[in-house]
Amino acid sequence: MSAGASSVKASPGGPVTIPQPPPELERIPLVANFHGLGWISNRVASLIEDPAPVWWWALFIPSVLCLGMLMFMLTYQISTGVGVWGNMHPVMWAWDIVNFVWWIGIGHAGTLISAILFLLRQRWRTAVNRAAEAMTIFAVMCAGIYPALHVGRAWYDWWLFPIPNSNSIWPQFRSPLMWDVFAVSTYFTVSVLFWYMGLIPDLAVMRDRARTKIRQFGYGLFALGWTGSNRHWSNYEKAYLILAGLSTPLVLSVHSIVSLDFSVSQLPGWHTTIFPPYFVAGAVFSGFGMVLTLLVPLRSIFKLQDIITMRHIDIMCKVTLATGSIVGYAYAMEFFIAWYSGNPNEQFHFLNRALGPYQWAWIMMVSCNVLVPQFFWFRALRQNLVVVFIISILVNVGMWFERFVIIVLSLHRDFIPSNWGYYHPTIVDICTYIGTFGLFFTCFLLFLRFLPMIAISEVKGVTPQSDPHHPMGGAKIKESIPDAD
Amino acid sequence: MPDTFNRPYGIVAEFTTAASVLHAAEKVRGAGFRKWDVFTPFPVHGLDHAMGLRNSKVGWFAFIGGVTGYTTGMLMIWFMNTLDYPIVIGGKPMFSPFSAFPPSYELTILFGAFGSLFGMLFLNRLPRLHHPLLKNKRFSLVTHDRFFVVIECADPKYSEAETRKLLADAGSRHIEVVED
Repeated sequence: MSAGASSVKASPGGPVTIPQPPPELERIPLVANFHGLGWISNRVASLIEDPAPVWWWALFIPSVLCLGMLMFMLTYQISTGVGVWGNMHPVMWAWDIVNFVWWIGIGHAGTLISAILFLLRQRWRTAVNRAAEAMTIFAVMCAGIYPALHVGRAWYDWWLFPIPNSNSIWPQFRSPLMWDVFAVSTYFTVSVLFWYMGLIPDLAVMRDRARTKIRQFGYGLFALGWTGSNRHWSNYEKAYLILAGLSTPLVLSVHSIVSLDFSVSQLPGWHTTIFPPYFVAGAVFSGFGMVLTLLVPLRSIFKLQDIITMRHIDIMCKVTLATGSIVGYAYAMEFFIAWYSGNPNEQFHFLNRALGPYQWAWIMMVSCNVLVPQFFWFRALRQNLVVVFIISILVNVGMWFERFVIIVLSLHRDFIPSNWGYYHPTIVDICTYIGTFGLFFTCFLLFLRFLPMIAISEVKGVTPQSDPHHPMGGAKIKESIPDAD
Repeated sequence: MPDTFNRPYGIVAEFTTAASVLHAAEKVRGAGFRKWDVFTPFPVHGLDHAMGLRNSKVGWFAFIGGVTGYTTGMLMIWFMNTLDYPIVIGGKPMFSPFSAFPPSYELTILFGAFGSLFGMLFLNRLPRLHHPLLKNKRFSLVTHDRFFVVIECADPKYSEAETRKLLADAGSRHIEVVED
């Protein structure tokens, strides 16, 4: 307040006048149009309380059908064998691991928004964190399907966990694949805990608004009897801070460990030290792409323009640009190191990436991930929702091709030319991948119908009405300035 | 149990702005009450200080969880790969802290997260699905846009007339007694 107080001219006993700051210093409010606290509850809760709109059913029914197709494909794969996929020597890891890494990468934006931006005190995150965290959980669910099934005999999956079995043998903890089991399962569990904890006060909002007994019971049960006591808030805020502090190293470690699945091996194209930071940047990049893909249409359909403002979209586009450029730097650095290493296998691999039979995949990757985000340098394009939506989809297309390039291109031509091959996906590969979208969108659409997609109590906390030292929070101007007289 | 049925739980005073509830909290604290609380739709900045709350103890739960997780990971891997079923691979040592680190690191975070969530619930004595305040119609606005100060009858300084006057002086326009 001292900076504010110095600019105030006050005469003892007289009226206080505060000069208006120049317009360029005015901060754009996070919730537009100075809506009140109750408006935020009403706006967000009405999305759940109103009957399901037609578009919701129009998306939900195909999603459930896709989910059914996924179930059919997985049943077919488990009952027949991994041979139903196109994985074949020398490309023994293909769409299964591509899709695993792609989905889990998408999840990273949710944790980045909820944890890292919380620690960095980026208060705009409150408008998007709930939906982004939900996206994380559903994306990790889609990702988890692949490693569980690509082992071939899915009924032995429990051997991955340190559970005593009849052979008395334990998992081999020297393998990064074992680290991955711990990283992904921890990531999923902690994401759910973090998400649920953020939901507790909002479930209480829904409980207190509920008109039907079923809603009151359901929301009341999961709200755990939350009353909004400040003694509770005090513990709650500390626990939230600690969870954010724990999730930050977690999210950085998860994709680092995923990248170690590759970089610990000896294969040219995989055996590089740049992988962990490069994978994390790519994950955040694709995750922000997915957040934009989901939220740009939703904010218009749900009329949330005052909560998810153009400033929010603008910032997320800038994060996409920054992480996309880091990914572009990593691509360039991989080529430089291949040349600088003097290793002929490494050099051949990177020439093969850019000029070999999979050149089309490499061009897709570079153009979608490096060139397309550069449009976000222009403010006019960041403000154009159609452009933002298209670019956000291209980002995820590009990131899918990045994983394809890393996995399939490294495997298809390794050290001995007699060991070379070309990979073709089967119809089962394609249908399983489409099916995971069914799982993702079924879960996400149910989330939109039953849980508040905006963190109501957190958004209330960033309005001027919530600040007891702001005139809109009820502060008298004289009281808010300690040295006024 | 007719004698316990109408026992009052406490006095509830409603406020409409964050600033007014903050000043009311300062007054109630100054009057020396012990069993009282402020209820808000979101955490109000500065209210912990106004109420005289100490730093939350959740951190200890998370810390103990994290230490447990790391120790569990390291000891588990050492026990499994060194003691219970040693397998020689390429002459490498039976136990290497480097390869045991990533799973232990993940378990540190996992147990720490459980510690902070369940520590928070334990310190708040939640879940508690029945609470006298939750039966009050007016109080349900606490999750909407109102702020409440509640002073329990169990407080030794509680007397209905004086407490009501204190809260009315603090600026509350709506004060009522809630039954247990």
